[in-house]
Amino acid sequence: MTAPLHEPTAEAAPSAAEEAAVATAGEKAVQGRSLGRIAWERLKRDKLALTGGVVVLVLIVIALLAPVLTNLVGQDPDAYHENLIDPLFGTPTGSLGGVSGDHLLGVEPVNGRDIFARILYGAQISLLVGFLSAVVAVIFGTVLGILAGFFGGWVDSLISRVMDGLLAFPQLLFIIALVSVMPNEMLGLTGSSVRVFVMILVIGFFGWPYIGRVVRGQTLSMREREYVEAARSLGAGRLYILFKELLPNLVAPIIVYTTMMIPTNILTEAALSFLGVGVKPPTASWGQMLSNAIDYYDSDPMYMVVPGVAIFITVLAFNLFGDGVRDALDPKGSR
Amino acid sequence: MLAYLIRRLFAAAVMLAVIIMVVFCIFFLVPKWAGVDVATSFVGKQADPAAVEAVRQKLGLGDPIYQQVWAFFKGIFAGRTYAGGGDVTHCAAPCFGYSFRSEQAVWPVLTDRFPVTLGLALGAAVLWLVFGVAAGVLSALKRGSLWDRGAMVVALAGVSLPIYFTGLLSLAVFAFGLKWIDAQYVPLDESFTGWFGGMILPWITLAFLYAAMYARITRANMLEILGEDYIRTARAKGLGEPVVIGKHAMRSTMTPILTMLGMDLGALIGGAILTETTFSLPGLGQAVLNGIKNQDLPIILGVTLITSLAVLIANLVVDVLYAVIDPRVRLS
Repeated sequence: MTAPLHEPTAEAAPSAAEEAAVATAGEKAVQGRSLGRIAWERLKRDKLALTGGVVVLVLIVIALLAPVLTNLVGQDPDAYHENLIDPLFGTPTGSLGGVSGDHLLGVEPVNGRDIFARILYGAQISLLVGFLSAVVAVIFGTVLGILAGFFGGWVDSLISRVMDGLLAFPQLLFIIALVSVMPNEMLGLTGSSVRVFVMILVIGFFGWPYIGRVVRGQTLSMREREYVEAARSLGAGRLYILFKELLPNLVAPIIVYTTMMIPTNILTEAALSFLGVGVKPPTASWGQMLSNAIDYYDSDPMYMVVPGVAIFITVLAFNLFGDGVRDALDPKGSR
Repeated sequence: MLAYLIRRLFAAAVMLAVIIMVVFCIFFLVPKWAGVDVATSFVGKQADPAAVEAVRQKLGLGDPIYQQVWAFFKGIFAGRTYAGGGDVTHCAAPCFGYSFRSEQAVWPVLTDRFPVTLGLALGAAVLWLVFGVAAGVLSALKRGSLWDRGAMVVALAGVSLPIYFTGLLSLAVFAFGLKWIDAQYVPLDESFTGWFGGMILPWITLAFLYAAMYARITRANMLEILGEDYIRTARAKGLGEPVVIGKHAMRSTMTPILTMLGMDLGALIGGAILTETTFSLPGLGQAVLNGIKNQDLPIILGVTLITSLAVLIANLVVDVLYAVIDPRVRLS
């Protein structure tokens, strides 16, 4: 398997004459296919994974267009609608937590903010933190994993010990601790954007060993393969081997682990906001809505169900897509 | 074996020391960079400078950080005497200091809350091991069947549901809607049935999440191992299917499961923060969350130490169990 992610140049469309020849021979031409192509064809046949992928795309669009969509229904995530609240119990009037033509998913207890608008804005936070923390983890994990696997020796021992240590750490505890001691203003950011920034860094920091471990293992095993040796004997330098021979072969496992990591990160962000160390009010976040819903789980169950289902759908879609990508890129896969 | 154990114990002790130092750094150095004074945040916003200075003296907050770490460690084994600001307090070993907020000693807080968390973690672990592994093995053996698909759909849903959502949902349905359960925590020494009733929803919700993860991993492992040559050999030499599965395949399947169990159980014993918050269980997780929100360093240090200890011990036990379960592993 030499550099399977390169598009083979021989894959150019066969000429008309060749095609005719093949057709007369009654045989199907054997085409060279790149790994990316094989994976895509496998993925196309996996209906569940495709559904997950489509839902993910829709969610991304929703998050990007949140201001447009909320304007379209004439709502504002921070506007109070106290006239819709029962003054005695503090819960929304009307059935199902105040669902109406104006408020598609009802309103929050006490202040009557529109839940639909807050869910859309909450998607921004969830996806932003989920994606960017995965990017942070991938960058750290790939660089350090390759360093450990490629150079070996004390570099490897040091990086491996750090990875073992981080994996054995009580992670949620440290994430909460780190996020909570960070100052409220830094690098010119204020309010919720500080928290979002800190969450991305901290979640990404605790995520890199998962990728680093895999990258290190792959690098170790590939370093000794014949094609690397061939490149070396032809006089290729370390950097050439690293970028032209090793990195292309690492793309598949990195993609798999990244897609699997995003849903975990989204859950972590929601958990942090649920515990009150995530984004600050009034910025909307799904975890924070659930945390507020604890007090109303008996009197206004809709308030708890809507953000819970939003998290569930998002994480499920990413998991389905991730499972599909893994199966598609796995060379051992039998499908 | 003994040499191996000693080496592992030594590594565990080093790891513990590292964790304590990291916690110290998080709570002393980061506020320092941010320009927040720990002694001031202890006394309160409108404190007069003399009171702040007294606290700084008494708790040794002005000392260099390595001295503070050393004093903390010494306190655990030999007790510690706080002097300064006019009064002297002696804290007997094991001294984890006093809460910055409630001024209670930390050690009794830990011993009070530990049983709650331990009961939660162990009960849930039994449930998820039994159901998760069984579901995974059955799915692998009947690959592609209706059972396999159904179980894997449930498992995928399980790993995609946040525990605080399933917890709230179960409270709304079973405790409030159907009124089957009185979801109130009752200590075990007060009433067994009350304790059991209060723990059953937390157990089931926690176990559901982990059972889903374990079922997916057990299934994947089992499928991989069933394709191995030694399974074919075992079948070829005429062993019955129960022996092939139960004795040969299960052993290798269980090794990675045990690793996970060690880590998960260790982390949970140190505080199931989300579950305890959702169900208002007065365990270590709730204590540490409150500690973090109040910047109550002694409480955080105490719980972190217990958590890390639990994780390390669990990993150690798992490594030793490896040799028992998997004959390929030889400790050396």
